[in-house]
Amino acid sequence: MTLSVTMTVNGKTRTGTIEARTLLVQFLRDTLGLTGTHVGCDTSQCGACVIHVDGRSVKSCTMLAIQAEGADILTIEGLATAAALHPMQEAFRDNHGLQCGFCTPGMVMSAVDLVRHNPTPSEHEIREWLEGNICRCTGYHNIVKSVQAGAAAMAGAGGDD
Amino acid sequence: MTDADQSGAVGTSLRRKEDLRFLTGQGRYTDDFNRPGQLYAYILRSPHAHATVGAIETEGALAAPGIVAIYTGADLAAAGIGGLPCGWGITDKFGKPMAEPVHPVLAQGKVRHVGDPVAVVIAETREAAKDAAELIEIEYGALPAVIDAVEAVQPGAPLVFAEAAQNTCYEWEIGDQGAVDAAFARAEHVARLDLVNNRLVPNAMEPRSAIGEYDAGTGDYTLYTTSQNPHVIRLLMGAYVLHLPEHKLRVVAPDVGGGFGSKIYHYAEEAIVTWASGQLRRPVKWTADRSESFLSDAQGRDHVTHVELALDGDAKFLALRVSTVANLGAYLSTFAPAIPTILYATLLAGTYATPAIHCAVRAVFTNTVPVDAYRGAGRPEATYVVERIVDVAARQLGIDPAELRRRNFIAKDAYPYQTPVALQYDSGDYFTTLDMALDAADYAGFEARRREAASRGKLRGIGIATYIEACGIAPSKVAGALGARAGLYEAAEIRVHPTGSVTVFTGAHSHGQGHETTFAQLVASGLGVPVENVDVVHGDTAKIPFGMGTYGSRSLAVGGSAIVKAMDKVIAKGRKIAAHLLEAAEADIEFKDGQFTVAGTDRAKSFGEIALTAYVPHNYPIEELEPGLDETAFYDPKNFTYPAGAHIAEVEIDRDTGVTRVVRFTASDDFGRIINPMIVEGQVHGGLAQGIGQALFESTVYDKASGQLLTGSFMDYCMPRAGDLPNFAVSHNVTLCTHNPLGVKGCGEAGAIGSPAAIMNAVSDALAPLGIGPVDMPATPEKLWRLIQSSMTAQAAE
Amino acid sequence: MYDFTYQAPRTLAEALAAILSAEDGKLLAGGMTLIPTLKQRLAQPSDLVDLAKLAELKGIARDGGSVTIGAMTTHAEVAASPEISAAIPALATLAGNIGDAQVRHRGTIGGSISNNDPAADYPSALVALGATVKTNSRELAAEEFFTGMFETALEPGEIVTAVRFPIPEKAAYAKFPNPASRYAVVGVFVAKTADGARVAVTGAGPAVFRLPEFERALDTNFSPDSVARLKVEAGDLNADIHASAEYRAHLVTVMAKRAVTSMT
Repeated sequence: MTLSVTMTVNGKTRTGTIEARTLLVQFLRDTLGLTGTHVGCDTSQCGACVIHVDGRSVKSCTMLAIQAEGADILTIEGLATAAALHPMQEAFRDNHGLQCGFCTPGMVMSAVDLVRHNPTPSEHEIREWLEGNICRCTGYHNIVKSVQAGAAAMAGAGGDD
Repeated sequence: MTDADQSGAVGTSLRRKEDLRFLTGQGRYTDDFNRPGQLYAYILRSPHAHATVGAIETEGALAAPGIVAIYTGADLAAAGIGGLPCGWGITDKFGKPMAEPVHPVLAQGKVRHVGDPVAVVIAETREAAKDAAELIEIEYGALPAVIDAVEAVQPGAPLVFAEAAQNTCYEWEIGDQGAVDAAFARAEHVARLDLVNNRLVPNAMEPRSAIGEYDAGTGDYTLYTTSQNPHVIRLLMGAYVLHLPEHKLRVVAPDVGGGFGSKIYHYAEEAIVTWASGQLRRPVKWTADRSESFLSDAQGRDHVTHVELALDGDAKFLALRVSTVANLGAYLSTFAPAIPTILYATLLAGTYATPAIHCAVRAVFTNTVPVDAYRGAGRPEATYVVERIVDVAARQLGIDPAELRRRNFIAKDAYPYQTPVALQYDSGDYFTTLDMALDAADYAGFEARRREAASRGKLRGIGIATYIEACGIAPSKVAGALGARAGLYEAAEIRVHPTGSVTVFTGAHSHGQGHETTFAQLVASGLGVPVENVDVVHGDTAKIPFGMGTYGSRSLAVGGSAIVKAMDKVIAKGRKIAAHLLEAAEADIEFKDGQFTVAGTDRAKSFGEIALTAYVPHNYPIEELEPGLDETAFYDPKNFTYPAGAHIAEVEIDRDTGVTRVVRFTASDDFGRIINPMIVEGQVHGGLAQGIGQALFESTVYDKASGQLLTGSFMDYCMPRAGDLPNFAVSHNVTLCTHNPLGVKGCGEAGAIGSPAAIMNAVSDALAPLGIGPVDMPATPEKLWRLIQSSMTAQAAE
Repeated sequence: MYDFTYQAPRTLAEALAAILSAEDGKLLAGGMTLIPTLKQRLAQPSDLVDLAKLAELKGIARDGGSVTIGAMTTHAEVAASPEISAAIPALATLAGNIGDAQVRHRGTIGGSISNNDPAADYPSALVALGATVKTNSRELAAEEFFTGMFETALEPGEIVTAVRFPIPEKAAYAKFPNPASRYAVVGVFVAKTADGARVAVTGAGPAVFRLPEFERALDTNFSPDSVARLKVEAGDLNADIHASAEYRAHLVTVMAKRAVTSMT
């Protein structure tokens, strides 16, 4: 079944023609060329594909593109402004919260969502929240530090992105 | 945490140059590339562990919408395509070459593991290829399969290859068996242990991907691939499989999302997409689903070992006797034969002055996914054997495990130290490293923590493991004598641009290691240019002179040394140019902090001025010197490097459920000189997570009857999550490598090498009060619960 | 994934018409199980009828002695709901530990119970709390609703609209997660109600089940020790590479004890 889908992606209205079975992540990567969102598994566990749909983090590999009809989508490409990185991106850079970079977009998007509804997460809460984001490089030590630093910076910046 | 000083000086934590693109979604991984007119390949894989392959009916599939081509083993055979080559040959203990059966790109009459590639469907879209693949009919004749390596050598076991009797690839040994036997005969104490080193699935987060592209105008092929070593792939695929000369084949390994060894090897899919792109005159892309990665990426470890340690009355080690059966899986992966031999048995001295060691290895084919190097590759297996038996001995003798280790360490003044298993350690100080770890872990205060945990109903244990690694396999001559079919040097080019900025081309490959930063720091410091004026390029055979890639913690020790050699050439040429400009003797020119100075004067030319002069040679010694400032160097190391360390784990086991939690982990490591401490610590953290994963979580389970991989997704293969791990306390002792220009040793694998034994020794320590003996990895909840239950039942019966 | 016809009705009536007229239609709620299943080509529905636009299936309402949760309410909404946290905090805790954060943002209570995965968390809460499942055509007691492994009493085309939970005196849920998938190897939900204790187990068997012996023991003496000495027969329990039936049986007791401990 061929469908037309329209959504707002990183502030711009985007329309595409897709098969009904097209996953949201495929639409972002293949149709829109937003390849910052990655696919690391096929069982909805690794979190490399995490984006925000209407302000909440979701796994774009476990959502049909058509389910995002009319939605407001934020991907890693839309997080920084032209002038500056998002405080969470900056915190990952300052704390060496990434190595190969493959899980990083999902990790950052997940972390931003955490801090939005829990502005001062404890180390335990961060580790629990990141259950849906697998990293094979860092051992999570520096990711946790990054999220803590990013949360503090987001609070300093007014708590919003 | 990064340093406030962001100048990039050697020894400081410069923020990573590569991070900006990764953090903003601008990284370019293989699957992010889309070539004009690109087709998609889907690999149809064997559902059987072992079967004959009869007729393959593709007619219906070919008629499906969007299908462009379907190829099977017969098509590849007709095209003269060779098998996937093995890069390391082992000569067995009888002086004969190992059994080396052909490893077909697509099955030739037989499949030997679940996931073995049988056919490739190429279509306009990924989904169309998958849809059509379901229409292919294959006549399989199921055969009995063998999964377990120990069972594979039993009489009557199914044969994976007719030409490998008892499924044996080779029987190999190292060390002086007579000396070992004599030592055991006079030993006061003998400790014995049977161990399984569990098979692991590497699971780099980026699934493998490959795009082949053919330029009909030039006849050139390009392969974009998820590789740790694009030149090696060009060599192996070009020379052995597709018969393409190097100048017609470009291999690009762009940003790569982790490797851990699994992306060293030349895989069938790379050859398939490259060849098919030429057949179809269109680019062909293949990207693995994670489930496919589980069945097609080389796996790691899988040893079954018996070990015995002989000690004298003073608890000094007299001899170590080891016998190992290593599972190689269904085919020889690129470097598989070297792992359980050259990279394993040669490390069995560990950090100890054990005078006699003998190790016998039998490497075995089974109907499982091929096994090859995975982070540490042989060295974690060796460390695990040594450090577990040392702990068993300590417990048997009632000696503190730290004290028993100290008593047997190689003396500080014994370097260079020749082990009884071929290696010569150049430097080290295991006493200081262990003491650092013991202090950081508050070893002395442990018993109080054990009591406190007991009051909460938890069994707390502490475990030590020391380790030695051999990194940067070398020199080429020695590696060749040991069976390597390639050189093991590294290449670098330093291209100084006219205005003094620098591009560094390295044959090493970064897939998370941060070379773009560390190497830039090295070059910025060496040439006295700002670090932001140095860029590092890797991963493209069209740009890099040559390279052997990144594995075995070799990038800085070997690749970095090649960069130093190239810089030396740049500086030597700069000195000549400076001597000309300053009208001084070349011998009087000093180079420091980016300035060429006439010794003892203030007359100087900056590095930038020299570079400009080299490219605008108006006032230039043109008779003696070529213009330009662009130097290439190859570096072949004199020896391995020998990082070493001490890891201390503390665990708590829940009596009710058997769940183990790592509550503290301390690592003290000696990597020689450190260029960027932040990056080094990150490498340690990641290695520790993988080692802890092996010890507690990661279990690769094949169904013995059917050969199906039961842990074939993240639903069943337990990847460590953030909540499963503690923070790590990491510190460094520094003894310099004596034979490379940087004094560096390598840090990439250390974490994965020391930690499994540390964790398992801690688990044993926690369970020892219940009278429970050594436990095999992974220490899963049910396994420990059963042991705790049976111990309590036994105690109740007393 | 095989292709299908996608439909996004706006009302329950439209959804019913769509699902009944489809050749082999499937309802799409949060999709957290269905989409992975489709990706693996383990199902080939002709139509997906997306319930996302049905406002009448959303929301949480407290009404005297019960709370009612709309079928399309996500786990995250249940976890964050002040009404639920005040009325049945154990239910909020349970919802807040399903899957991971991203799954909780999409997965719904209606989808979860209609799928009735033997390792899902919600069925234990429904059965222990004596909840009522409301569908487009009827109301069923939870114990009638869950009929077997991945099986429910739902008729073809019948749609769960809401779940009504009576508010207990106290309740708690203790879960032993599968270390890889994080589904429940064993989950035990204990409720203390005016009519006595109710204990329901998920993960351990083919479908959720109650433990009458545990309930009687708790009715006699509501303390952890009352259940700690009880044993469960391993006989018919699930067994896989992660946990044998014996281990699951043992974990039922341990999790029951932990749930009760957290309530006392």
